[in-house]
Amino acid sequence: MFKFLGTPPPLPRWAEVLLLPLINLFVAFLACALVIAAIGEKPVEVLWTLFQGPFLFPGNMGYTLYYTTNFIFTGLAVAVAFHAKMFNIGGEGQATLGGLGVGLLVMALGGSLPMILMVPLIVLSSAAFGAAWALVPGYLQAYRGSHIVITTIMFNFIAAAIMVSLLSGPMMQPGQMSPQTAPFPGNAILYKTHDVLHWLGIGKVAESPMNLSFFIAILALIGVWLLIWRTRLGYQIRAVGHNPEAAHYAGINVPRVVMLTMAISGALAGMMALNEVAGAQQRVILNFSGNYGFVGIAVALIGRNHPIGIFLASLLFGALYQGGTEIDFNYQSITREMVVLIQGLIILFSGALYYMFNPWLARLLYLVLPRKSSPEGAVS
Amino acid sequence: MKSFLFAAVTAAATAVAGVAFAGSHGNFKPAVIYDMGGKFDKSFNEGVYNGIKRFTDETGVEVMEFEVTNEAQREQAMRRMVQRGATVVLGVGFGQADAINAVAGDNPDVMFSIIDVNWLNQPNLRQYAFKEHEGSYLVGMIAANFSKSGTVGFVGGMDIPLIRAFECGYKQGAKAANGDIRLLGNMTGTTPAAWNDPAKGAELTRSQIDRGADVVYQAAGGTGVGVIQAAADAGKYSIGVDSNQNHMAPGSVLTSMLKRVDVAAYNTLKDAMDGNFDAGVYNLGLAENGVGWALDENNAALISDDMKAAVEAAAAGIISGDIVVHDYRADNTCPVE
Repeated sequence: MFKFLGTPPPLPRWAEVLLLPLINLFVAFLACALVIAAIGEKPVEVLWTLFQGPFLFPGNMGYTLYYTTNFIFTGLAVAVAFHAKMFNIGGEGQATLGGLGVGLLVMALGGSLPMILMVPLIVLSSAAFGAAWALVPGYLQAYRGSHIVITTIMFNFIAAAIMVSLLSGPMMQPGQMSPQTAPFPGNAILYKTHDVLHWLGIGKVAESPMNLSFFIAILALIGVWLLIWRTRLGYQIRAVGHNPEAAHYAGINVPRVVMLTMAISGALAGMMALNEVAGAQQRVILNFSGNYGFVGIAVALIGRNHPIGIFLASLLFGALYQGGTEIDFNYQSITREMVVLIQGLIILFSGALYYMFNPWLARLLYLVLPRKSSPEGAVS
Repeated sequence: MKSFLFAAVTAAATAVAGVAFAGSHGNFKPAVIYDMGGKFDKSFNEGVYNGIKRFTDETGVEVMEFEVTNEAQREQAMRRMVQRGATVVLGVGFGQADAINAVAGDNPDVMFSIIDVNWLNQPNLRQYAFKEHEGSYLVGMIAANFSKSGTVGFVGGMDIPLIRAFECGYKQGAKAANGDIRLLGNMTGTTPAAWNDPAKGAELTRSQIDRGADVVYQAAGGTGVGVIQAAADAGKYSIGVDSNQNHMAPGSVLTSMLKRVDVAAYNTLKDAMDGNFDAGVYNLGLAENGVGWALDENNAALISDDMKAAVEAAAAGIISGDIVVHDYRADNTCPVE
């Protein structure tokens, strides 16, 4: 008999990468359809809107990629730390500090430098502030044994408090009521993509908050891949993640690697501010980090901590955010709370329950597919 | 000279607007963008919703609506409403000021309106601001007249000039009714989270009651629910805000300071529908029925005829200009501490 109770046979690579996610997505949509039918809307229509919203409606691709940019940065931040088996829950606070870094730099230099100098400085400033904010919990973990999960969570609160006191105090724009700075001067922003395309003469593209930081995010994806799998430091990070004692025995300076990993992780989270502060809002506003730091944890988990996976997971989350907005626009009977429920179901099935169908699918394929030579075939 | 110029510009803008918007009655399509609190926040957004609902009930015209969940959605929602053929778009709250300024500038043929903003300048944008200090003055008088302990309190939401204006008007009214009154005041916080923290609202209220207050006025959105509850639990009295909140704890809510955002919402859509829409700033005070105080069966037993007469006399005085209530926002100071 085939082994229903024992260890399932291994899943072929193509099935794991392609078939399993599709099955998961299909079941997720099925569950959503039941919920939508229960409140009296047409499931196929609503789910079609969820697909049209992010990709087909004119101008909406920009919004999708704008959300995607946030998730790429925060997802990468979590993933890098996770390769050293550390949970960086502080993406939210590191992003906030990154925004503060951008804001302070722009307020200090104003319009005095040309854009060609200003933009690299902004990128550096966001990364440096985010890195510094992650470095303190990193130090406490490496040399004092304070658990990184606890310290990074607490640093989120400290970051939020710092931001509040600055934005409702010295950094606040006078003459209005919102806790936000004055708009940045034109040399200190990342251009919106639709402006750039228009300027290049590619025609009129619908407006969206998508900006050049998307391309910085793509560079970051490549950079993280190179770092983790093609550099000595990346090897050390993975070695520390697999077994700190063995890494130490092999001559790796474990505390130093822990601190460096956290600094890189924090820098990536801080660079999320490039999209929100320097690109989309072009000023520092309160709560611009909008929980993207926490969603980054889910992005990294679904993306299996690999840059390609993180890009796809970010795109999925971006599409869900934008598609959800579109459902909210189109159906008065579906409230924003319902939208969150639909998004949650899809994330649940494609992320948390990812391996639910794995053993069954593996057994099915094992039975159905022709086998070249299988020693286990004899067991039955 | 400057004010003359402004008047001329406004007049010209209104004339242009009048031409552009005439005859839009046929394909009239209104839209409203609620802010992050959501349309059922028992306070500010819900006040707007009530005005929208009244409009729909009376005219039968459906209103497109959207509740934003993050910052980027504000501008997106407004642009989307315009794409979907909205002829008038109503924004709710000062958080939407930047978004509506940008979208109104890009869409000169569409009418826009926003509540709690008065510092923008677009020829197709109507802005509603309220003289909250006038209404707060009246409920301050009621509080001081009613108080037996000689101490009254105020709990604000987010610490911004707008809420300081509530507090300052209230204190002026209390002082006018009783020169020896002791005044307490607390703000819940400095972030938008302060609008929705009933636990902290209740805590601040209990602390003020411990310090001798027997009437507490709140201008704190959802946080105010905690204030009303804590006062009722302690057998003391509270004053509601924005909507008529007298029914939330009958016999314990002394009165409510009404801020008629529902009227602003209703008027925006009605004027747009009837072709009477004009741009500019509407400052709604007592004279325009934009603010006031609530008297209904829930608090009739608490308000004596003398108190009622005194408040009505003060209201008449404010309308006629005999009583001038200082607006905190004018110079960011309050004459009463």
